[in-house]
Amino acid sequence: MSLAKVTQVKGLALAVPGDDIDTDRIIPARFLRCVTFDDLGQHAFRDERTGPDGKESNHPMNSPQAARIAAAKKGVMVVGFNFGCGSSREHAPQSIWRFGFTALVGGSFAEIFFGNSTTLGVPCVTLSKDDLAECDAFVRAHPDVEVTVDVEKLVVTAGAKSWKASIAASARDGLINGKWDPIADLLDGAAAVDRTAGSLAYVAGK
Amino acid sequence: MAKTLFQKVWEAHTVRQLPNGQTQLFIGTHLIHEVTSPQAFGMLRDLGLKVKYPQRTFATVDHIVPTNELKEPYSDPIAQEMIEALRKNTKDFGIRFFDTNTGTQGIVHMVGPEQGITQPGTTIACGDSHTATHGAFGAIAFGIGTTQVRDVLATQTLALSPLKVRRIEVNGQLAPGVYAKDVILHIIRVLGVNGGIGYAYEYAGSTFDNFSLEERMTVCNMSIEGGARCGYVNPDQKTFDYIKGKPYAPKAADWDAAVARWKSFASDPGCAYDDVVKFDAAAIRPTVTWGITPGQAVFIDEKMPALETLNAADRATAEDAYKHMKLSPDTAIKGTKVDVCFLGSCTNGRISDLREAAKYLKGRKVSPTVKAIVVPGSQLTAIQAVHEGLDKVFTEAGFEWRGAGCSMCLAMNPDKLVGDQLCASSSNRNFKGRQGSQTGRTVLMSPIMVIAAAITGQVADAREVFKV
Repeated sequence: MSLAKVTQVKGLALAVPGDDIDTDRIIPARFLRCVTFDDLGQHAFRDERTGPDGKESNHPMNSPQAARIAAAKKGVMVVGFNFGCGSSREHAPQSIWRFGFTALVGGSFAEIFFGNSTTLGVPCVTLSKDDLAECDAFVRAHPDVEVTVDVEKLVVTAGAKSWKASIAASARDGLINGKWDPIADLLDGAAAVDRTAGSLAYVAGK
Repeated sequence: MAKTLFQKVWEAHTVRQLPNGQTQLFIGTHLIHEVTSPQAFGMLRDLGLKVKYPQRTFATVDHIVPTNELKEPYSDPIAQEMIEALRKNTKDFGIRFFDTNTGTQGIVHMVGPEQGITQPGTTIACGDSHTATHGAFGAIAFGIGTTQVRDVLATQTLALSPLKVRRIEVNGQLAPGVYAKDVILHIIRVLGVNGGIGYAYEYAGSTFDNFSLEERMTVCNMSIEGGARCGYVNPDQKTFDYIKGKPYAPKAADWDAAVARWKSFASDPGCAYDDVVKFDAAAIRPTVTWGITPGQAVFIDEKMPALETLNAADRATAEDAYKHMKLSPDTAIKGTKVDVCFLGSCTNGRISDLREAAKYLKGRKVSPTVKAIVVPGSQLTAIQAVHEGLDKVFTEAGFEWRGAGCSMCLAMNPDKLVGDQLCASSSNRNFKGRQGSQTGRTVLMSPIMVIAAAITGQVADAREVFKV
């Protein structure tokens, strides 16, 4: 299986503020009533974007900037800390990705969300608290400036600004080498898997 | 060298190191349900792959099943489509399915322990973040995404990096009216909703030693709410006693060997931890959430925090929370009007929860202003409860007695809040919109506190209501 090498993601950026944004807020549970991920993009942050009265809120995902990113099918979402906490639903990163975002920059990411995103080839890089605040402010002030998330060099740049970024070494390795979906490597280990299975009494039926 | 249970289980299940430095980890037990598996089977078919060890995957249906509608087709056609997809997938690939007509269906985290599938020293994965529940048995159990469900189906392994281990020691006796749910809500309140990122939580100390397996499950269940992907309790005699005789438990000739093996996985005395945190059980009081994260919690007799006492980051979340919850900082949450009471979920939908709730509910009535539902976590729990007459206690008091499932924990079935109703809930998440209405409000608490709320029509201190 040949996958694209995700060394650098460049696109317009959108700040979606707040800490502890959980996956129920990213994709409400009623949209999990489906057997494919295909239609999830349009529902990303649905209940944040639409009020109980059916009217559109002033959530950033309703902004013209978000529409430009959706049209371009590439873009960077700038988020806060502990983004994607809660449920393991892959529907959350799927909805963000299918909306059009191809990288996330934040303070920290919940583990399962991070893993699910990486497996889609969507890097989630972190900045220090101060740098994140500066990046967030810059993005809001300069909506027309493209942001580059350099996964290889571990830096986020926008115009003349640049910030040092971090990502788990294994995720970086997988992304830049086009091996962010681990299935090929896992299948390669089949013989070793059988040996491990045989060594475990509860699996081998002993 | 002295090792933790986490290290021993990890080593026993390590297949090899992957080129990116991660471990290819063998997943001994794979649990699936209807919400996070259909896309995985789709990917499997697209790639032309088979299920490598079909006998090591177990399926049930829980999230979308209606609890007041037993006949199919369900009134929700999408729910019907999802259950049928799981039937087809499990049939096509030879996977055991604990279906609704078997008397064994239930929330996936209840079915595993009930069947004896959940065992110490094993690795368990499921496309569900509350998989840590199984850690109560000394398993390393964690939630995974759907693409990873595909990985486990196709290879019985995952690409993972090891976690650090934080030992959370709780010692001493809980005061009357204080339960396992209060312990975990308190731990999350103190350590934070992101305090566990990068860690497995090892729960230990005399309080855990004295806990039943069901109480241990309540605590392990909410590890993810503290940011920890998995949490566990070292296996002991109580663990073995719980498993013995269950359908998938090792049989007579293999039993002693299995117990010896299970014991060997417990953390060694003197092993090194990446972090140790200690709590005094006697200092924990009944705990309720007031906000939109499980860490936004107070003791029932405390005031909710004043904004100026919070740091800048917490304050922003708190302001959002107060607005959503329609509550005021620096006031008591006790006395807040309750519209709905939900007793159930993989956190607190087990037989011991129903027994304890029924003990205090017996002879009392649900407030006329409250809609109260009790949803046993599994069909086996429901059968046992009916056998003990608990269903009558609930219905005579004014609760609706429902069928097994996840129900109003996340409202993927017809059980939903309406408008800005406030729900006293024994579940695990108080996120905005979690219970099916985007303006709905959730206050998490123990089952006995849900009963106190149901009777009084408000957030109440069960110790006062029941004079415990």
